[in-house]
Amino acid sequence: MTQGITKLLRLLGRVLLGALGVLVLVGAWEAYKALGPDNGVVVGGNTILPRTTDLAMPHVWDMLTTFSDPVNSFSGSDTVGSVVWSACLFTLKLAAIGWGIGVAVGLVLALLMARFRLAETAMLPWIVLSQTVPLIAIAPLVRRWGSQIHLGGWVWSSENSVSVIAAYLAFFPVAVGALRGLRSPDATHLDLMHAYGVGWWRSLVKLRLPASVPYLLPALRLAAASSVIGTVVAEVSIGLRGGVGRLVIEYAQSAGGDPAKPWAPIFGAVAVGLVAAGAVGLIGLLCRPYRRGETA
Amino acid sequence: MRANAVEVTGVSRVFPGRKGREVVALDDVHLTVSEGEFVSLIGPSGCGKSTLLRIIADLDVPTAGSLSVFGKSAHQARLDQDYGIAFQQAGLLPWRTVSDNVGLPLEVHGQSRGSRRSRVAELLELVGLADFARSYPDELSGGMQQRVAIARALAESPRLLLMDEPFGALDEITRERMQGELVRICAETGAAVVFVTHSIPEAVFLSDRVVVMTPRPGRIIDVVDSDPGGSGRRDDEFRDAAGFFHTVARVRELLHGGPATTTGQAVPAARGVETR
Repeated sequence: MTQGITKLLRLLGRVLLGALGVLVLVGAWEAYKALGPDNGVVVGGNTILPRTTDLAMPHVWDMLTTFSDPVNSFSGSDTVGSVVWSACLFTLKLAAIGWGIGVAVGLVLALLMARFRLAETAMLPWIVLSQTVPLIAIAPLVRRWGSQIHLGGWVWSSENSVSVIAAYLAFFPVAVGALRGLRSPDATHLDLMHAYGVGWWRSLVKLRLPASVPYLLPALRLAAASSVIGTVVAEVSIGLRGGVGRLVIEYAQSAGGDPAKPWAPIFGAVAVGLVAAGAVGLIGLLCRPYRRGETA
Repeated sequence: MRANAVEVTGVSRVFPGRKGREVVALDDVHLTVSEGEFVSLIGPSGCGKSTLLRIIADLDVPTAGSLSVFGKSAHQARLDQDYGIAFQQAGLLPWRTVSDNVGLPLEVHGQSRGSRRSRVAELLELVGLADFARSYPDELSGGMQQRVAIARALAESPRLLLMDEPFGALDEITRERMQGELVRICAETGAAVVFVTHSIPEAVFLSDRVVVMTPRPGRIIDVVDSDPGGSGRRDDEFRDAAGFFHTVARVRELLHGGPATTTGQAVPAARGVETR
């Protein structure tokens, strides 16, 4: 009973600390806006801190009220909030699909590399190299290749391209993290499995996979963040409507008239990232027994 | 006639070293362990005692010579689960409870949950950990973890137990208690044991025979019988008996290069052996 209360208090404390962090950020923003010079802090001709005009730094309050403003001047138009909301869901869906593909590909690659030394020597350098290719460069390529795919009645869409590009970012941490995890069991554990005369697959299920969980969870979280970034960037570079990425560009154009408006989709993107990371956190809770080694 | 538990004939193991220099871990080793016999391998680091154990367990292969375990090849004996094994590190899987760790060998060999449960309960009773069945390894002390590892090694009722310094990481007090436990467990199961250790008193206390080895190259220099004498029991009384001290002194003498070897050369003083 008392233990439950202590746990609750600790949770509450963490929530408060998190809220405090956001408040500090807001306070710093508003304080600088109130106290800083209009033209920003300029040292030797270089602006090192931004202008504090409403155009450059809108009030936090204004940014938040934008959500309830109508999107445009037509009567009966949606609020910015609802548009950003549905864009967030759209982006989250594509990011989740991308995450799923990325995790699957990453796990398969890690298994191959853990099983065959040759596969590791052959693939690992390319896997690392793959992440140095700028996303902007591959986005149009993926779209062009994808548009040539026709399977029966199913046609490749721009959404598919976006998810694939998200997966391209997401698979990397999973492949590297899972490989380390699969290699993590002690020599004693491996000897034991050998002594039991069990094959590679069996010891994979009983030993290597469970042992890889503490390495896999941070990788999955990183993959979630990467896939959200990948989705947003891909939406922009492919020009796909409906998601947060496109909205960021669209609203940036109205910054002159309504400087608080571009912040709405940015907050939306942050929220998508938080939700994605939180969902992976839930996976971590489910895997708790496999994480005992982390504290022991 | 039943086959011996272990028969090692002229086994050598040479590791390819750096710059083409070979390391002879074992050189022409002969050893026989009968059914139900407790044999300790003792010697300083690098004498090949662990290598010998690993070869018996088919975790390593000899470069020369042959061996049989219960009359079959070591490989077949491993596949038939004729032996149980315990290492210096308990090697428990941290994500499994104590009972799931003990049941692991049964589980990987496809025993049903129901039949596992009774066997695991029996084993935990044997090692005195029945109350900790649902605990996780990180909640146990080192000695308790090692007892779980021993229970796991006994899970499939092997007639041979291979132990590689299982008490090496324990403190002296826990270690002596564990030795007493092991004597009891061996008496109850009737399994033959090959026991690798650094400690002379431990070897003398536990074993029917103490196999004394020297390094570079790893060889057996002598085999010393350890007889508990009068009562025939290995208990605290035996630890204080004159015969115990006599055997300890004999083994120590051998390890420290007392007698001449067959080639007439004095064996260099062994370091890294605990003589306490």
